[in-house]
Amino acid sequence: MNDSRAGFQLAHSNDNDALLTLSGAWVEAYDPGDFSTVSGQLHLGTATRLTVDGSAVGEWDSTLVAFLLQCFNHCREEGIAFDSRGMPEGAAKLLALATAVTPHQREPEPAQDWHELLNPLKLLAKSAEFMRESLAFTGEVTIALGKLAAGKSNTRFEDFRLFCYEGGPRALGIITLTSVLVGMILAYLGAVQLQQFGAEVYVANLVTIGILREMGVLMTAVVMAGRTGAAYAAQLGTMQTNDEIDAITTMGISPMEFLIVPRVLALVVTMPLLTLYANILGIVGGGIVAGGMGITPLQYLSQGEGALSFVHLGIGLLKSVVYAVLIAIAGCRAGINASKSSAGVGAAATEAVVTSVIYLIVADAAINIIFQQLGI
Amino acid sequence: MSALSPQPHIQISQLTMAYGSFIIQRDLDFAINRGDIFVIMGGSGCGKSTLLRHMLGLISPASGDVLYNGRNFTRASAAEQDVMRRRWGISYQSGGLFSAMTLAENISLPLQLYSAYQAADIAEIVAYKLALVGLDGYQDYYPSEISGGMCKRAALARAIALDPEILFFDEPSAGLDPISSRLLDNLIVQLKESTGATVVMVTHELASIFEIATNSVYLDADSRTMLAYGDPRELRDHSEQPVVRQFLARGDGNDNTNNGATACAGGGQELQGSNP
Repeated sequence: MNDSRAGFQLAHSNDNDALLTLSGAWVEAYDPGDFSTVSGQLHLGTATRLTVDGSAVGEWDSTLVAFLLQCFNHCREEGIAFDSRGMPEGAAKLLALATAVTPHQREPEPAQDWHELLNPLKLLAKSAEFMRESLAFTGEVTIALGKLAAGKSNTRFEDFRLFCYEGGPRALGIITLTSVLVGMILAYLGAVQLQQFGAEVYVANLVTIGILREMGVLMTAVVMAGRTGAAYAAQLGTMQTNDEIDAITTMGISPMEFLIVPRVLALVVTMPLLTLYANILGIVGGGIVAGGMGITPLQYLSQGEGALSFVHLGIGLLKSVVYAVLIAIAGCRAGINASKSSAGVGAAATEAVVTSVIYLIVADAAINIIFQQLGI
Repeated sequence: MSALSPQPHIQISQLTMAYGSFIIQRDLDFAINRGDIFVIMGGSGCGKSTLLRHMLGLISPASGDVLYNGRNFTRASAAEQDVMRRRWGISYQSGGLFSAMTLAENISLPLQLYSAYQAADIAEIVAYKLALVGLDGYQDYYPSEISGGMCKRAALARAIALDPEILFFDEPSAGLDPISSRLLDNLIVQLKESTGATVVMVTHELASIFEIATNSVYLDADSRTMLAYGDPRELRDHSEQPVVRQFLARGDGNDNTNNGATACAGGGQELQGSNP
């Protein structure tokens, strides 16, 4: 039994023949040395035939066959005839198996230079393409909604109900937490400034208007983007991976009507309701802080009531509908376009959240500027 | 490696599998010898894959034990189970390749974790394992870029990365065309012969059962226990259980010893009968 370290020796018996003698134990713990020494020496000679002798090999495992395979492939590339003798029986069989198919050559992909990647024109073209696709998707959703209104749609009411439940009542817990805290944050922020003028009681105005117009709906939207938008992307991405979307299409059902419309509608219905809920809790949260500063609940409420107007409430609710559409479209679009792998599903969920948050902020700014200009 | 150890390589002992109070299979008791190609067969929904998952320790049994080399796997601690699993190679039904990794990364992962190879050697071993399944040159492809059959073969390459003692297959040829499926069978046999591994596979592909299996167990969905144990060719012709004979003869012929001609004739008659 030969249990020494693995080794090999190359000898040129004459100009054309080379003999590679292997010895020792070819197992993973012993490093047999680098194959490049063999290939280097083969280059120096003019060998046209390489014979590998394995009769001195002791124990062996994949290390041996991997080495032999490298020899074989090198010989194939260089046009040298390859021969082996005295190999352990199993190793010879495995080598035959491994060399049955010639290695696949991948066509080289055109290399992309970094300056190509950072080219502002390319980046601009890319975002223009993204915008175009998003608009096209929005258009398709609109057409599907039109069909629904005409009563010729394959949308199932059952799905819509389910998504309403998923996106509505089940989100109440987290919305409760965020909106109370945001109300408190707003109150603290205002209170410190207003105290300087002895006008603490106006905290109620600040909180009421701030929550109704801006923060209540924005926080709800952010939560829904992370919760429901990402869920939509993951669901649709998984369906894409499972060929479910192909199945729906080949059944003659439009995925838009069957999958997207109920999701968009569910969010459009639940978001204003959640926003109303968040508004109430946000004002309560502000009241808690105000109470801590010596403003009685009655004072807080009557002061807040003065600030309360249907314009503020209406603007908040209008925003909630706009955000709902944006979140649903960003989520569904990312999911439908996901690539068919688990990594694709993850990327879709990320894209859904990132794009919907960007949409939210941009839309919020745009709406605020418009109403500012209109003087509402 | 003690190739001639008297005890069976794998021993299933009084195993009962259940989801809650719903019993899937009870009182399974059989042995798998070293070097066997052992097939777990049975109709759909009889618990074949569940049995495999019990053997892999992914589900713990309601009662009974699974022993490897005489050591109780079921009652071993999680750390001991991990050590025992290191000697196994597993190929899952839909491959189980990590889709976020290239084929090379998929195969090098177990090598990096559990072998003494240097980084440069790992690339060589990966090339060799891929060459064994006919996929050398596909190192930088992602599983989504290759066909289903290639994924199955790549999964096999990952399963044999560490030269395992036991190879588990869940439906290795499901979804493959007859030729690829046959090639895969040949590959399994040759790997077994050259490495001396024990192969355990779940399948109901009769062609591959008769071609490569050396021993088998038949799980019955109705009686919820094993009905037969032995060489499948033997069972097809001489099993005492009509259900088993029927299964192995593709449903036709109670007493006929099924050869291709009679099966075809039977099929033809049925077809004629159903024609209006």
